[in-house]
Amino acid sequence: MARHAQEQEELAGLSIEAEDGLCVVRPRGDWTVEQIGRFDRPLRKLARDEDAASIVIDVSALDRLDTAGAYLLGRTLGPGRELEESRVRGEHRTARRLIEETREAFQDCPSTHEARRGPVAVFASIGQALESFVLDAVDTFDFFGRTVATAGRTLVQPWRLRWTATVSVMETAGVNALPIVAVLAFFIGAVVAYMGADLLQTFGVSVFTVELVGVAVLREFGVLITAIMLAGRSDSAFTASIGSMKMQQEIDAMRVLGLDPFEVLVLPRVIACVLMAPLLTFAAMLSGLFGGMVVSWGVLDISPNFFIDRLQSSISWEHFFVGISKAPVFGMIIAVIGCHQGMKVGGDVESLGERTTASVVHAIFAVIVVDALFAMLYLELGI
Amino acid sequence: MSAEPIIEVKGLRSQFGTHVVHEDLDMTVRRGEVHGIVGGSGSGKSVLVNTILGLRKPDAGEIYFDGQAMSEMSARDRAVLERRWGVLFQGSALFSSLSVRENIMAPLREHIDMPVSLMAEIADLKLGMSGLGPEAATKMPSELSGGMKKRVGIARALALDPDVLFLDEPTAGLDPVGASKFDEMINELRETLGLTVIMITHDVDSLYAICDRISVIAEKKVIVTAPIEELVEFDHPWVQDYFAGPRGRAARSG
Ligand SMILES: Nc1ncnc2c1ncn2[C@@H]1O[C@H](COP(=O)(O)OP(=O)(O)OP(=O)(O)O)[C@@H](O)[C@H]1O
Ligand SMILES: [Mg+2]
Repeated sequence: MARHAQEQEELAGLSIEAEDGLCVVRPRGDWTVEQIGRFDRPLRKLARDEDAASIVIDVSALDRLDTAGAYLLGRTLGPGRELEESRVRGEHRTARRLIEETREAFQDCPSTHEARRGPVAVFASIGQALESFVLDAVDTFDFFGRTVATAGRTLVQPWRLRWTATVSVMETAGVNALPIVAVLAFFIGAVVAYMGADLLQTFGVSVFTVELVGVAVLREFGVLITAIMLAGRSDSAFTASIGSMKMQQEIDAMRVLGLDPFEVLVLPRVIACVLMAPLLTFAAMLSGLFGGMVVSWGVLDISPNFFIDRLQSSISWEHFFVGISKAPVFGMIIAVIGCHQGMKVGGDVESLGERTTASVVHAIFAVIVVDALFAMLYLELGI
Repeated sequence: MSAEPIIEVKGLRSQFGTHVVHEDLDMTVRRGEVHGIVGGSGSGKSVLVNTILGLRKPDAGEIYFDGQAMSEMSARDRAVLERRWGVLFQGSALFSSLSVRENIMAPLREHIDMPVSLMAEIADLKLGMSGLGPEAATKMPSELSGGMKKRVGIARALALDPDVLFLDEPTAGLDPVGASKFDEMINELRETLGLTVIMITHDVDSLYAICDRISVIAEKKVIVTAPIEELVEFDHPWVQDYFAGPRGRAARSG
């Protein structure tokens, strides 16, 4: 590094001398963009301390000069576009011309707005975040309404549904998610059985583990695992793909071609999710019960036969229906939020990332809130 | 102007799958010249420039820079070399998460050791040279029109005061006034800085105004490299259509 600096020293130099009431700036060597960085401060100071009109530049010792170097020299001569003959002395092939040119081309551009700081700014940003959250929520309902309207129209004219797109989303969002959903549900079922066994054994009623696993997996975990997986996997994919189409103006192109993006992009995804979520939930339930059964067998010596018998006799079908009935609702919420956030992506990459994050967070948030509402509803109904 | 070559392309073949774009293509760019590249849409102009830039590996053949084979250069030499290049891509390729000024400052930040305030001033200078008003500096690329993006792309390509400038359709999307201002700027820079420019263009006016020599790409090769006066006489159907067509004639007489 030190050697490097020395090399630079030899390439370019600067001296400032006072001569007959004038201040003569003598640049030496190559004044190119690589070299001039260290002359910025002395020249800025000079322009501040001296009367601009008394500064003269002697370019005779200059070697190579590029626009950056010429700008720096021109700046030292004070503001303004015109350049008097006498301000630049000495012979150089291009210096005078370059200095004139850069003075002409330079324009004072507004500086970037500094972000405000302090406690007021903190409250302001909290308020902004809250407001945008509320507006986003309202907007999502609006979007949901338009999706329903499109769905209604498609119901009357079923040939308008994009079958190919729908089936393709069913495959990527549904079928391809099956293994991971099943594995996760298996572990959750196993964990519930394990915890339950530990607790219930102390009361000597370890057979109730079967009820615990059954109710937990059928009512809640099967569908929640599915919903969270869908939100993480498919919802983000929806946002990213629709968002990048938005960025490339593909959505605008669709509109002017008379294609309704709701019909082409949103509806297939919503329908696919509504159809696939219950199927995935069913698989998750089976896998979760299986996980509970394996653990019960290993830890509590409850044989699979007995586990299934007891499941059939003591768990009513209601639990299964409660769980599975939530699945299409969650599927719809996830698809609508994913597509909506995708449509809101702006022109830059950053907003794509922001929207994808927001979409996953909102989807999981909405799923859990709606799940709580379902729990209250079914409790009141006594199911 | 010296006739010493700065970039030589020898025996280049480029292909995508079975689709051969270039076959045994040769081209020489001389130091200090403005070298135009013309050819029909899809004839492989952008692919050629991307290959020279090292963004694509040649499927056969070699690119020489200052007589040195590019494929044999060390990564460090290449990095030094690339610093002397300025590139404008066909699609502008601005960084969408940075403002216009930050876009132009990006190469300076990366390669040059200088105070940030000076970088910002140099960015404003380049913005002025490319013909954009001061209010554009704080805008984001997504807020710009197509022609404005092109100008910011030009400003960014000029940020490091490069020795070699690669321009992919610099005047496409510029208004005629802007396009001729651009021609003036390139002329000016070539005279004052000794810039070498490799420019893909469909703009016949630019060809007349600033190009010293022009390479025509057709039939997967450079079929001819010549100054425009000789080119218009060249006996090849595509070249004749190009320069004898209504647009070519208008530019020639104008
Ligand atoms: N990434 C790619 N994959 C496959 N083929 C490609 C790819 N990029 C370019 N091509 C093909 O290479 C050929 C040349 O493309 P190129 O972009 O160089 O055209 P061009 O001469 O620059 O045209 P234009 O004037 O329209 O910009 C085209 O036929 C194109 O289909
Ligand atoms: Mg091209």
